[in-house]
Amino acid sequence: MSIEFRKEYFADERDDNLNEVGKPTQRQDALGHVTGRSPYFDDHLFDGLLHIRCVRSPHHHARIRRIDTSEAERMPGVVRIITGKDVPHNLNTLLSLLDFGLDDEPLLSDKKVAYKGEPVAAVVAETERAARDAVAKVRVDWEELPAVFDVEDAVKPGAPVVNEVYPKNLFVYHGRYDHQKLRYGDVEAGFRQADRIIEGRYQMSPIEQAPTETCGAIAAPETNDRYVVYTSTQALFFSLDTTSKLLKTPSNRLHFIGGTVGGGFGGKVDSLHEPMAVLGTMLTGRPCKYIFDREEEMQVGAPRGAERWYLKDGVMNDGRIVARKFVGYFDSGAYTRLSSYAIIKGVGHLPGPYTIPNVYADVYCVFTNRTPATAMRGFGITGVDFAIEAHMDKVAHEVGLDPIELRILNAYRDGDMKAHRRLAKNTALIECCQVAAEKAKWPLSQAASQASSLRDGGGERGRLPAHTATDQNGLVSGFTAQSYAKKSRATQPSATPPPQMARHESAPVTPRVEQPRPQPVQPASAPPPPPAATEQRHTRFSSISGLRRR
Amino acid sequence: MAKKPVQFRLNGSEKAVFVDEGQNLLDVLRRGVGDLTPKYGCGQGTCGTCTVLIDGEPHLSCLTLAETIDGRQVSTTAGLARGSELHPLQAAFMDGFAAQCGYCTPGMLMAASALLERNPDPSREDIVEAISGNICRCTGYEPIINAILAAAKAGGARRYG
Ligand code: FES
Ligand code: FES
Repeated sequence: MSIEFRKEYFADERDDNLNEVGKPTQRQDALGHVTGRSPYFDDHLFDGLLHIRCVRSPHHHARIRRIDTSEAERMPGVVRIITGKDVPHNLNTLLSLLDFGLDDEPLLSDKKVAYKGEPVAAVVAETERAARDAVAKVRVDWEELPAVFDVEDAVKPGAPVVNEVYPKNLFVYHGRYDHQKLRYGDVEAGFRQADRIIEGRYQMSPIEQAPTETCGAIAAPETNDRYVVYTSTQALFFSLDTTSKLLKTPSNRLHFIGGTVGGGFGGKVDSLHEPMAVLGTMLTGRPCKYIFDREEEMQVGAPRGAERWYLKDGVMNDGRIVARKFVGYFDSGAYTRLSSYAIIKGVGHLPGPYTIPNVYADVYCVFTNRTPATAMRGFGITGVDFAIEAHMDKVAHEVGLDPIELRILNAYRDGDMKAHRRLAKNTALIECCQVAAEKAKWPLSQAASQASSLRDGGGERGRLPAHTATDQNGLVSGFTAQSYAKKSRATQPSATPPPQMARHESAPVTPRVEQPRPQPVQPASAPPPPPAATEQRHTRFSSISGLRRR
Repeated sequence: MAKKPVQFRLNGSEKAVFVDEGQNLLDVLRRGVGDLTPKYGCGQGTCGTCTVLIDGEPHLSCLTLAETIDGRQVSTTAGLARGSELHPLQAAFMDGFAAQCGYCTPGMLMAASALLERNPDPSREDIVEAISGNICRCTGYEPIINAILAAAKAGGARRYG
């Protein structure tokens, strides 16, 4: 369908008096690309450039008894060997910068490794080859530990502890729960009302982003006691702040230059290279480059994480879905990176683009001895959408309905209440289905081809459920629920001492957070009342952390 | 390690460098003579982004020993344009949105220009075959194939370098 379709569809909401939108526009970097002049991070030449390569764990899970670098240090061309004790603040989690999660990952591990390929030392050498040769001479005395690779095995009692910051191998949400919850209506009541129950299990594999340019950074001393950093990062300020935090160096001493990325797809946000390159430069006084080779990119570079989903639908014989329950497990790998956030995003999306009066989800961010997972194109949504849509086909098959008709029947429409308690607007699933059917020459019933997202929504469908069943399943203790930002503020690289793992054995759970759980709201007349709790007028909802704060 | 002198022509101009034994051509082009247009994507012959022409034939510079190019002609993307006038392939890549992140582009342009030199009127299949050693993670290839077809129509086989 052409662009005109959308113009027409959103006619009352858009200003079509635009000069650029709707017309092809040349990329501003296209000339640089076709002439080969676009400046990727590695296209900066430095005299005396040093090369960094990491010593990586051959084990999935092991304690480090001793790292012996003496032979490697004597190798020709070796300038310096870096280990964990050289990193000023050797513990971080990416999202601490967004007020979310506890520091759980060292830049260079010195106690324990939790995935194969985890770095434990870095060699800085005159040539890449010298660095490689020296890496082979670093002796690490490992004590191998039992490893766990399956998300459900990892959460069983007695499973090996992958990530000591989260001893149950589960990320802790809001300081209170070992999973992210969604409760909307009462799924159990919905299941009792349904004509049939249809269940499914869906498993997605990890996916490597595989950018054509591998991840890397070059750091060099700059005037005024600053460091210049050329980087392939997709997230310049993540990388800048992460470097600042790990190296306890004010960010005004870090001059980051990025913006030209040789393909990213989410795989270039983890900010592993910039701190290492700057640290190498700090320790040697010379420009340093740290780049993944292709093998590292594929094996150590963080992929889109695997997800496992269990879906249970309560379905009427006419195809209406009256209850949908999700239990999801995200495989975060050994550390958090961005998986906890992916789940927040994913749960906000449930139950998919459908209006279902009773929805329930428990979604776990699980630590396993696999490569840490990170961002990739729509992460948090794509995996569960695969599960949802595969399940829709299964439901259609079992109730004997056409799969597109089933989707149109259950599609959300403008004015419907979503499970995250916002009214749906600009919905277009029905129109998408109609266009897809038309293009595929797939016959639709008259009712389905005449349905519209603009009609028949709202009213009853726009009201919050009269009753929402809540529970305290998965309540944890020992984690503070107060804003994580306060802690990371204490970790600012000023004069404050480096904080240790921000887990407080006996800190009380602060009740202020998460308190306005929406309780049964009696609907008035249309339009329905705004769904969010209104007691705290001066608070702002942080969509990342789910924390409310001033 | 003994250094070896190597002399070659790069996009028509004389270059003389000392190379290490075992040093690859990609490294010599980028860091030895400062032609940054060929890119490193894998260093193991699988991605094609380091493709250059040696005596008109496409080669993976990451797998080419630098010492073997003594006395030969090397062409890279840096030599495609004539001054500010783009090569028809470059213009077609721009017009056809065939470069997204741009990282595969220099290798694609080299593979395509070798094809057009050999075969000024290639079929779609010829093009697919010619770029089959070049990976693009962004475009899905269609815009690249179409751009090469368009460049051929526009007389993309003009000599350069
Ligand atoms: S860098 Fe030469 S083929 Fe990939
Ligand atoms: S344009 Fe990005 S790899 Fe081809």
